[in-house]
Amino acid sequence: MTQAKRLLSYLGFAAVAVYCLAPFYWMTISAFRRPQDQFDNSVVPSRWSWENFSAVFSGGNGFGRALLNSLIVAGLTTVLTLLIGTFTAYALARLDFRFKNAVLGLIVATTMFPGISQLVPLLKLFTDIKWINTYQAMVLPSLGFALPLSVWLLTAFFRQLPFELEQAAMVDGCTRGQAFRKIIVPLAAPGVFTTAILTFIAAWNEFLIALSMVNKKEMQTATVAISKFTGVSGFDQPFGTQMAAGVIVTVPLIAVVLVFQRRIVAGLTAGGVK
Amino acid sequence: MNTAATETPSAAGTPAAGAARRRGRDVQGTRRLAALLLSPTLLVLALVIGYPVLAGFRESLYARGEGLDAQGFVVEGDRFVGLDNYTAIFQGDRADAFWNAFSNTTFFTLTTVVLETLIGVAMALIMHQAFKGRAIVRASILVPWAIPTAISGLLWRWIFQADGAANALLREQILWTADGFPAKAAVVIAEVWKTSPFIGLLVLAGLQMIPRDVYEAARVDGAGPVQQFFRITLPLVKPALLVAVLFRMLDVLRMFDLPAVLIGVNQKSVETLTMIAWFEASNLRYGSAAAYATILFLYIALIAYLFVKLLGADIIGEARRQTKRERRKAA
Repeated sequence: MTQAKRLLSYLGFAAVAVYCLAPFYWMTISAFRRPQDQFDNSVVPSRWSWENFSAVFSGGNGFGRALLNSLIVAGLTTVLTLLIGTFTAYALARLDFRFKNAVLGLIVATTMFPGISQLVPLLKLFTDIKWINTYQAMVLPSLGFALPLSVWLLTAFFRQLPFELEQAAMVDGCTRGQAFRKIIVPLAAPGVFTTAILTFIAAWNEFLIALSMVNKKEMQTATVAISKFTGVSGFDQPFGTQMAAGVIVTVPLIAVVLVFQRRIVAGLTAGGVK
Repeated sequence: MNTAATETPSAAGTPAAGAARRRGRDVQGTRRLAALLLSPTLLVLALVIGYPVLAGFRESLYARGEGLDAQGFVVEGDRFVGLDNYTAIFQGDRADAFWNAFSNTTFFTLTTVVLETLIGVAMALIMHQAFKGRAIVRASILVPWAIPTAISGLLWRWIFQADGAANALLREQILWTADGFPAKAAVVIAEVWKTSPFIGLLVLAGLQMIPRDVYEAARVDGAGPVQQFFRITLPLVKPALLVAVLFRMLDVLRMFDLPAVLIGVNQKSVETLTMIAWFEASNLRYGSAAAYATILFLYIALIAYLFVKLLGADIIGEARRQTKRERRKAA
């Protein structure tokens, strides 16, 4: 009985792992095929090659610049979000004032708004003020979805911190600001860090805004650039190159996610359960 | 809390009122601090969410175009057209396109959320078992979640090529990315693959909060595994699951990246409401695009409202409970 049960759970675990990893494996393995073997469906490439990876960075694609753009947009979004969100979350978690729940409810409710209803007026506005093809045209709208998420997460994290420590510091003569800086910020660092990772990933993965606010190749983010790679002749899609670019964009994310696995799971579930 | 508001200046001078005044000032200080700390977030949200929603509604009542003014000169610019953008959506060919996008959106929402929930709960139950390799499986579950949606769209487009991996595996010749039902199925499969781990993680966290002795008591009382699942596990996991499902639903209703990359924009079989609005906007028909966006917004609001009302998903419930507890402690 226990033996059979054990075998069953082994099988279950294997099924989950295969389900999650098989498509990713296929992307990676396809990236390492030689372009002439691209349509082989063998489980491992007959000949390994880096050709697809060098094709990604070849002149026409401008992929290096696209990576840099993604890094700037996602990085700026993350920094601004944390800067603004931390204060708001502190107020929501620590201070007692009227309409607190209404404010939190309002902030959470904004996550419900579809990106497209945000897009049309902003597109028009940014065209008028000549912001098309600028970083701020991508960063500012991204704050709209990043802020509610991070305020929500940070509030959950701040609530878990011991209130007494901060009070004790204030009794000992710290001002509220000092208590915040010296007691809360160091204690909250792990939560802030988790929020930073989640925000960065969300901003890095953004597509709709980055696609619409930019029409110059040099300003495209990586996700948009990859989807627009063109092959040698206009119509064939260069899958090998796209898979290689996909690997380049995804592997750093996956590495970060695996290293900070526990924190990320805690962050994801803080929104849902806590 | 109301002391500050009702305090009169004449009472402030007497020594007995000193303590009250100090407390009053404290409350006032807290309020001012709260307002100060909240305002940047509220300002940004008002700017990038509040303004666009209102401006979008206004935009949907205007059309860009050329008209002739009283003297017979051509004038370019926005012109108020009332509800014309809306009525145009429901007329002729465009009505077909709208209802097609509407039913695609609804179809994707229903199928993916149901499949995600089933697969996600199954994953959580599997991962909940005490087991040595659990850390590895939990790590692998984060992989689909971390891959950008646009990249996963490309990845599945590659898998669903005519001579790609899916057809090789099935030994069939299905034209997945062309049109019709296979294209819909491809989108559903790709979406479910990417997002069911998210539900799995949330449910797993819910499972881990159920104390073991509840199950032991049920076993003593003679409940089988099936009964245990439906009578204990499911009711206790329900709050976590409902919030996860709500978030997923809101996300699929505005789906864009995946069908756009996997199949392509302006493809009847997978066109969603966001895609149709985006297509209008990219052709500079802002008024019409804004009308589609407003309809989608109302649809999402309606679904969220119904979901919360009917199933009682309590998103800020924990927050409310917490403040109540704090108040009680303070009192």
